[in-house]
Amino acid sequence: MSSAPAHPHAVHKDYQGAKLGMWLFLFTEILLFGGLFLLYSAYRAKYPLDFHNGGQHLNTFIGVANTVILLTSSLTVAVAVSAIQKGNKKLAMICLGTTIAFAFMFLVDKYIEWSAEIRHGIYPNGPALAKFPDGEKIFYGLYYCMTGLHGLHVLAGVVVLSVILDFVRREKITSADFTKLENAGLYWHLVDVIWIFLLPLLYLAA
Amino acid sequence: MEHAEEHGHIVPYRTFVKVWLLLLFLTAVLVFVSTAYHEALSVPALLTLTPLKAGLVFFYFMHLKYERPFLKALVFMTLAVLTLFIGLIFLDLSYR
Repeated sequence: MSSAPAHPHAVHKDYQGAKLGMWLFLFTEILLFGGLFLLYSAYRAKYPLDFHNGGQHLNTFIGVANTVILLTSSLTVAVAVSAIQKGNKKLAMICLGTTIAFAFMFLVDKYIEWSAEIRHGIYPNGPALAKFPDGEKIFYGLYYCMTGLHGLHVLAGVVVLSVILDFVRREKITSADFTKLENAGLYWHLVDVIWIFLLPLLYLAA
Repeated sequence: MEHAEEHGHIVPYRTFVKVWLLLLFLTAVLVFVSTAYHEALSVPALLTLTPLKAGLVFFYFMHLKYERPFLKALVFMTLAVLTLFIGLIFLDLSYR
């Protein structure tokens, strides 16, 4: 039995526990993408030349632009947490809004990138892809799976961050209780970390 | 217990901006090395700088630097398990 609360009406909140729970969820995410990284490594070892050629067809400019976008959006979320800790509601809201805008920019880039590839017939079972060597087919299969799953996470991040932004606006998240913002931030940073690994695997290792 | 007492460490904005600049710099180095045809350089650079970038995000953006040793140990164990499995896969592949 824990010590009696100082204020009888105060609800005890386990902030450390909430954060630990979030990290446990992130571990499952790390292992989810880790499985795909494993698959990539194994097939890259088997088809080094095809993976090299596959990577050369990708648009490195968009890959790098999206890296800069995600790194900057990570900065704005991190600043939002410090801002709310200091009680600066306005700055926290501006930062969260900026993060959501960056997330949309990322998705627009992804749309441009994917639609260009699909127009060239490079998609699962597409006419151009069917003529590629086996290793390149696997490369593009992994490319669509990994960036697609990552894109879904970005989309989920938009929803989560929008809810958090509304919580900050309605002062459900304040300098006295900001775990929800912290945990949403942790999720967003992990989405960034996964992209940090996707950039060299798909775009740079050519 | 007050939230602030439990984990009241406020990271200064300046720290985050420095880490962000470092991350952009490392990305620029990675892109330069991998596009400038330094084959012997690009793979080691990708294998070291990429985890370094992830480490910076974990340590500073995700506040891991300021967390309890228990949480640090958990994160380390998860990453160690993943690394172990990647190592085992390559052990398997290289002896086929």
